[in-house]
Amino acid sequence: MTSPLEQKKIKIAGPSVVTANRTWDGIVVYRTAANGWSADLSDAAIVRNSDEAKALLAESVADDVGAIGPYIAPVQIGADGKVQPGNLREQIRRTGVTIGSPVQV
Amino acid sequence: MPLVNGGKIVDDSFAKLAVDTPLPAGGDILVPAERFLSEREALLARGGKVGVIWPNNRDISELAPHLEKLAAVALVFPTFRDGRAYSQARLLRERYNYRGELRATGQVLRDQFVFMLRAGFDSFEVKKQADAEAFMQTAKRYSVFYQPTGDGRVTALHRRMQLRHSEGVGT
Amino acid sequence: MYAYDEIDRTLVNERVSEFRDQVKRRLSGELTEDEFKMLRLQNGVYLQLHAYMFRVAIPYGTLASNQLRQLAHVARKYDRGYGHFTTRQNIQFNWIKLAELPDALADLAEVGIHAMQTSGNNMRNVTSDQWAGVAPGEIEDPRIWSELIRQHTTLHPEFSFLPRKFKIAITASDHDRAAIKIHDIGLRLIKNEKGETGFEVLVGGGLGRTPFIAKTIKHFVHGRDILSYIEAILRVYNQYGRRDNIYKARIKILVHELGIEKFSREVEDEWQHIRNSSLQIDDEVIEDIRSRFTYPAYEKLPHMPDELRQAAADPGFEAWRKNSVAPHKNQGYSIVTISLKPIGAPPGDATAEQMDALADLADKYSFGEIRVGHEQNLALPHVAKRDLPALWKALDKLGLATPNVNLITDIIACPGLDYCSLANARSIPIAQELTRRFSNHELANLIGRLHINISGCINACGHHHVGHIGILGVEKNGEEVYQITIGGRADENAALGNLIGPGVKFDEVADVVEDIVEAYLALRERPEELFMDTVKRLGVEPFKERVYATR
Repeated sequence: MTSPLEQKKIKIAGPSVVTANRTWDGIVVYRTAANGWSADLSDAAIVRNSDEAKALLAESVADDVGAIGPYIAPVQIGADGKVQPGNLREQIRRTGVTIGSPVQV
Repeated sequence: MPLVNGGKIVDDSFAKLAVDTPLPAGGDILVPAERFLSEREALLARGGKVGVIWPNNRDISELAPHLEKLAAVALVFPTFRDGRAYSQARLLRERYNYRGELRATGQVLRDQFVFMLRAGFDSFEVKKQADAEAFMQTAKRYSVFYQPTGDGRVTALHRRMQLRHSEGVGT
Repeated sequence: MYAYDEIDRTLVNERVSEFRDQVKRRLSGELTEDEFKMLRLQNGVYLQLHAYMFRVAIPYGTLASNQLRQLAHVARKYDRGYGHFTTRQNIQFNWIKLAELPDALADLAEVGIHAMQTSGNNMRNVTSDQWAGVAPGEIEDPRIWSELIRQHTTLHPEFSFLPRKFKIAITASDHDRAAIKIHDIGLRLIKNEKGETGFEVLVGGGLGRTPFIAKTIKHFVHGRDILSYIEAILRVYNQYGRRDNIYKARIKILVHELGIEKFSREVEDEWQHIRNSSLQIDDEVIEDIRSRFTYPAYEKLPHMPDELRQAAADPGFEAWRKNSVAPHKNQGYSIVTISLKPIGAPPGDATAEQMDALADLADKYSFGEIRVGHEQNLALPHVAKRDLPALWKALDKLGLATPNVNLITDIIACPGLDYCSLANARSIPIAQELTRRFSNHELANLIGRLHINISGCINACGHHHVGHIGILGVEKNGEEVYQITIGGRADENAALGNLIGPGVKFDEVADVVEDIVEAYLALRERPEELFMDTVKRLGVEPFKERVYATR
């Protein structure tokens, strides 16, 4: 997965969200339509073209105290309307490591 | 941008001139390196003090022959991540024995004050007012220093030696 | 062990209070993330995929039992109950909250541990041989010098904002366990003809996008001059190292672009200015540092105690002893390596419970001392041979007696895409699958010494270039693809591996490694010929043929 930290040009191929990590504790968050952040992907504002993506990213970047490192990430929307991460990296960010925690082993 | 000198916020007596700003009749001036080198005689013949703004990618040894005539040297931190001017500052103080004002300019935050003081800076164009106001408090944040620099602070190694010797006297 | 004195403790506490203020200013918005980033990095705080990651320094890999217990406490109280030991002898925690970091640091400071310069563009934690001070044949304990350099590089006023990170490693044995040739500065402790201690200085090693093996810049620098010589190297680097491109900013690129001759002339010129300054170290200073390293009061013990003789009947014990127990410089004692590579588990992870239990075992059997090696294993450096059977039983109960040290399942791997925001592909699941494939101890033993190194991106934290088998994860069209090299090594004969052919998919990696190993078993001249020697003798071709014939 090309690191989105290197994201320079904003070009989206399908439905996307803005994601970041919350500043005080670092957890994964998604930008909501209500100008806030949520830990739940289903709350995320979905953008469908570059202009929308640019605007959502700009407002996210402006909230430097709320969350850090915002970037645009692809999502997939199922037939049932459920939003799913669009690649492995985002899948891992959402559901955690793919390897199990050593604590439970 | 507040200027801290001698630990206090002070008025800046120097006017910064660009390469092509007309020379004012009087007053102290800070000029870019290339202007200083090309107009040196004229600049020094004026009444006010002269300082130079030296970029961080130019060899500081070039400035060495002129240091006696300079009232100030301003070194540049284009970003706070770019630490070249720390080396330049130490060379000015420790190798070329420069004793005039040594000013840190550019991205200067309180979190660099201790490093800058140790490298020999005594004057700071601070980016944020709150940082300038916190100068004295921040400058005293550390009491232990591991490296010897030109600032003369006693290093940890030497403090240990002193402790050792004073203990030795007692026994 | 090096005992911190009041002076060291004061500095650590001052650093904690400074960082507390910085975190407070960040959370209030007084500091932007752009400004704060370098400050948090200098205190070991990264942002990873799931949360902040917090890397704690373990200078030259030496830990006291109370320090290990405190690391367990941090894992439990501020994280998710485990930590990950890294290839630079540090430990990192994956889920720490920024708001709680100052408290975690304050807890660590109580036992003289800190996170200073475990990341950021400064001089990183000085690493050394994990067997320092106990290895037979060692010239002298390199940790004395490591500690001297650690102090000198901590909060250095001139070199805290270098073009890029800067890593120093020291070894004092013929066999280099500190991988000095892949460091920015590698120091090999030697004696001159007068018997005085000094160093062969190597410079410009490093992996990442453009890997280089370090070159010798000076064959002998006297111990008293080592700080001024390092200072001269850093001053040249700070001024001339590239800052226009992050991938070209390491000193290896400067050394490469200038050439070692020109670079060493620059350093020499600078050094002549500063070598007779207050950087010169007199013997008294060295002695003072040496005096604060305490060594155990070893007993006079037999070479072959009864306990060991009796336990030899137990094949489980014998397998472990032959694999994980190494000779100690004192008769009757051993160095015990503790594998953090159980079959099917992430390499280098330890739970808080394991850390606590190990601290207890260190108190009971190793004079309270633990070591961390760059292979992501731990060691107990002073175990009496008579205690080996009891120690083995205790380790086995903890899941820490896997007899696979230096074998094919002793895999070095970076956290990869499961944790790391820079990664392109996963590393840990590849390692897990490989350990399952080679879980049979007889098979692993038959294969012999073989190091697999896995990195999940070109930054090479898993040191894949110097793995006997190196695996690099990249991304191609949204999929994880792995490039495989063979013939690398990280020791005194350090070399970079060669690519065997096109990359392979996630599911194929273990099969390919099996093919490579089968080819080796068929090609080796005799059982003693190690994998890397066969590769050296035959080159990549026969392995390539075997792997790609059916693919």
